[in-house]
Amino acid sequence: MTLLQIEGLNLSVGGAPILREVSLSIAAGEILAVTGESGSGKSLTALSVMGLLPGNASVAGAIRLEGRDLLGLSEREMCAVRGRDVGMVFQEPMTALNPVQSIGDQVAETILVHERAPRAEAMARARTMLDRVGLPAERFPLSRYPHELSGGQRQRVGIALAIALRPRLLIADEPTTALDVTTQAQILALLKELARDFGMGLMMITHDLAVVSDMADRIAVMRDGEVVETGETRRLFAAMRHPYTRALFEASGHRVTLPPRHVTGGTLLEVRGVSRDYPLPREGLFAPRRHHRAVNRVSLSIGRGERVGLVGESGCGKSTLTRAILGLEEVQEGDIRMEGAPVFTGHRPNPEVRRKMQVVFQDPYGSFNPRHRVARLVTEPFHLLDAPPRGAARNRAVAEALEAVGLSARDATKFIHEFSGGQRQRIAIARALIIRPELIVFDEAVSALDVSVRAQILDLIARLSGELSLSYLFISHDLTVVRRITERVLVMRAGEIVEEGETEKVFSQPRHPYTQELIAAAPRLPAPPSATETPDAAS
Amino acid sequence: MTGADRKLFLGGALTLLFVAAALLSFVWTPEDVTRMNIAGRLRPPSAANWLGTDHFGRDMLSMIMVGARTSLAVALLAVGIGIGIGVPLGLAAAARRGGWLDEIIMRANDLVFAFPSLVIAILITAVFGPSAVNAIVAIGIFNIPVFARLTRGAALSLWQREFVMAARVAGKSTARISAEHILPNVTNLLIVQGTIQFSLGILAEAGLSYVGLGAQPPTPSWGRMLADAQTMVSLAPHVALIPGLAIVFTVLGLNLMGDGLRDRLDPRLRVARA
Amino acid sequence: MLRYTLRRLASLVVSLVVASLVIFAVVEVAPGDPASFMLGINAAPETVAALRAELGLDQPKWQRYLDWVGGMLTGDFGTSYTYRAPVGEMIADRLWVSLPLALYALALSTLIAFPAGIYAAARRGRPGDLAVMGLTQLGVAVPNFWFAMMLVLLFAITLGWVGAGGFPGWEAGVWAGMKALTLPAISLALPQAAILARVMRSSLLDILGEDFIRTARAKGLSRGQALWRHGLRNALIPVLTILGLQFAFLLAGGIIIEQVFYLPGLGRLIFQAISARDLIVVESVVMLLVFAVILVNFLVDLAYAAVDPRLRRRA
Repeated sequence: MTLLQIEGLNLSVGGAPILREVSLSIAAGEILAVTGESGSGKSLTALSVMGLLPGNASVAGAIRLEGRDLLGLSEREMCAVRGRDVGMVFQEPMTALNPVQSIGDQVAETILVHERAPRAEAMARARTMLDRVGLPAERFPLSRYPHELSGGQRQRVGIALAIALRPRLLIADEPTTALDVTTQAQILALLKELARDFGMGLMMITHDLAVVSDMADRIAVMRDGEVVETGETRRLFAAMRHPYTRALFEASGHRVTLPPRHVTGGTLLEVRGVSRDYPLPREGLFAPRRHHRAVNRVSLSIGRGERVGLVGESGCGKSTLTRAILGLEEVQEGDIRMEGAPVFTGHRPNPEVRRKMQVVFQDPYGSFNPRHRVARLVTEPFHLLDAPPRGAARNRAVAEALEAVGLSARDATKFIHEFSGGQRQRIAIARALIIRPELIVFDEAVSALDVSVRAQILDLIARLSGELSLSYLFISHDLTVVRRITERVLVMRAGEIVEEGETEKVFSQPRHPYTQELIAAAPRLPAPPSATETPDAAS
Repeated sequence: MTGADRKLFLGGALTLLFVAAALLSFVWTPEDVTRMNIAGRLRPPSAANWLGTDHFGRDMLSMIMVGARTSLAVALLAVGIGIGIGVPLGLAAAARRGGWLDEIIMRANDLVFAFPSLVIAILITAVFGPSAVNAIVAIGIFNIPVFARLTRGAALSLWQREFVMAARVAGKSTARISAEHILPNVTNLLIVQGTIQFSLGILAEAGLSYVGLGAQPPTPSWGRMLADAQTMVSLAPHVALIPGLAIVFTVLGLNLMGDGLRDRLDPRLRVARA
Repeated sequence: MLRYTLRRLASLVVSLVVASLVIFAVVEVAPGDPASFMLGINAAPETVAALRAELGLDQPKWQRYLDWVGGMLTGDFGTSYTYRAPVGEMIADRLWVSLPLALYALALSTLIAFPAGIYAAARRGRPGDLAVMGLTQLGVAVPNFWFAMMLVLLFAITLGWVGAGGFPGWEAGVWAGMKALTLPAISLALPQAAILARVMRSSLLDILGEDFIRTARAKGLSRGQALWRHGLRNALIPVLTILGLQFAFLLAGGIIIEQVFYLPGLGRLIFQAISARDLIVVESVVMLLVFAVILVNFLVDLAYAAVDPRLRRRA
């Protein structure tokens, strides 16, 4: 018997239609993955099941849980369903728990809301549940607070409180998106195991096809509020009847043709024995100040025309290293040289060196001053030149830079809010290119983008690297992306470089145990069913 | 019209009314506020004196108009002091986060918060004697940490934004980034907080004048009018009612305008209201 | 927790030292000599010199600062220039009016503001919320001393329920004392309650938008339960800050309200001292007020730690 049956669900929020005729079903013990890019309506489908939609939403259709239509229930009846029959795990473990309540109380609350159990009994059951999700009593007593736990541990608490009453359906909304790849693998394994053990239906919302392919029994692909294709996982990947499914699949596993390296010889960037400490808050009033070493004696070099990747999980020190290379922060030890000249001279960044480097950041929405027009945004690095072009020459430079990244010269007079995320990332690349730097640092530059846009930007970077003989340092937590866009890779962990080598070699035969662990943890797409044709990448 | 527009309209209209009355009083008032008429004292509102007369027989409407000058000027200048000193301090503190300058500015701020504006005013008047200028200084000093904190807080998060990082990569100096990228993005916040401090300044000025620490006679001010009215409340309630309502409506107008502006400019703005 | 307390305590001491230096310095630059002011312009120079010595005005500045601070620490606030009475005793008498008034007003303000703010947040956008918000909008615009005059006009003059002012002293009984302080406390509390209710409401609404409220709802808590069990404690953190600031305003605001009701509190003392240029009294009362404000902020910091476990561990 089907556990959950969604039939012809239509949803509009504030009059704007969001979901159209969505139909899905989950059987007991089954894992259904709902996937799609941002704006596809996958999260709102989940919230419709929970009855936790925003106040100005209106729903039509039917959501039947074991034959009972949830849309017909009153708010009071729905409260009895939530937490008892349906549990939910959210995306952001850092904010999903109440910061001023102990983890024991938060798990026990699920029990106390639904059952007339004595507090002691509820706490004992919370203990069992926390043990079950991998938080043993000796290290994680019930009295712990969320701020004392890591992201992965918090997500385990989030799972424990969602399944405390062994609901028949668990909804997980991007439960691992905010986590590192090794933690992600553990949480995914845990969810899969719990679904099997408890005979629970699991509705897994994710944007990551690779995550889905590993664990789901069935997949539903959504786009613009509609389910475009649904089917048993292996069969769906084999057939891919809908063109959007195929496009999504292609974009997720998108292979970039990296043009051959044109120029060789000569070291561009040389980082030697660099360390960077941050002061920690003082322990006592007069206690000596202690330091956290974010980067520890790191050495690396990038040759002219080389395309190098730097991978590592959050907190490994890669951002600190980036800031040091860019001359935004001075290092305590070692030195960084660009074509032999130091990045810092006498505690001041060296402008001669700075004009040889530019950067593209992660967040396409935060990278631009909202009050300036594109021409002004793109020409900001001209500040580094002794004689920046003016008048017609400046306009020409702006036009060239915009056209190089696939935009039009007319875009120069627009404001940044008129562009989509992918277009903004193109503008960020134009800004980096405009002074023709020797080296571009891509700092998680495609991490915030949807897969199809990401594929386009990666193609753009590859094309530009061929046309302009670019050298770049591509920093990312995402191994698959780094693998496609670089020829040499560095693996960073806890402030140190643990492995370095040719990209393909490191990925196919990792030597360091940490690299092996990383690569094993990364979710993988199944092999492509047939020769894939590349869809047109231009936007 | 949305709720924000309604607030903005109503608040703006009230504020404009009092500003216009204050400006008009420079060239015209219904009667001369220096002319006393003991025989016609404490008259209730009538066709001749729309708002009645006070204990010296002066026309209340004219007094309110001239008094608006004092209230608005004192509060406005005090906001000017707060913005003029507080904003640069806040920008400087944020630009060197955790540095000694930041530390000193924030400690000094805490210290000023320990002296409520009335206590500052008492200290200043005790030493230099009461006057409108001292009232401005007392209220203004208290405004400095308000704006410094607000600017620092907003600027700190802006310094973390990637567009500021990009400007740093472009080699721009701290001062230039503060002027070019930080300040324009905190202006909305400053405007909203400015209207709130303006309204608080009017309340503070009224309080100071009431206890005799503000504008001195013969300069009419709403607070003084209330102080004079205190003993006459039972005889002629209107002498206490009218200046009070003038204060309430001005402050209400400014607050509504501030709320409306906040909703219009950016509903997520955080403004301190204490 | 102990480390946190010690850190706050250290910062309290530093604040007090700096504040005392500032107050002392400001009073020092005051033009005119208190001794000649007290004795009038016709006094003989020898008499003035004798008085100066008696008042300790001939000592070096740092010596007088140390004497002043040292005296305050041992409860000796010096001698009033005009009354020739110990300042400590004068302040103590007045404090028995001002402090109960401020606490009374704080209690009233909290009792009104918390339910009003919670109610408005729970009924966001509905008529109840709009009514509360409208009232608070009016409340923040009303000067408390004028509100006090209006209360006197209504309850004392028109209705005759209470006296128009004055204070019978606590000797007349707690009940009579409280009765005399009721109108002053209400007029102080209501405008403050309006501010506090607004902060409570917006703070709660902020919290209600947080992810963990959604988690609580997903557990099966109703909207009201989520607000009560998860919203309130988190919303309390900004509310506590305002509450601390309010105490400062209530103490200072009390100074003005005392004028309206002819209450023999610190306010009257300070204004008499100002008109008599009795600077030692002004200096000591101001220091006392500042001390109270700093002390309350210290207590608020401790309250933060009680509410928020994140502060307990880190220093």
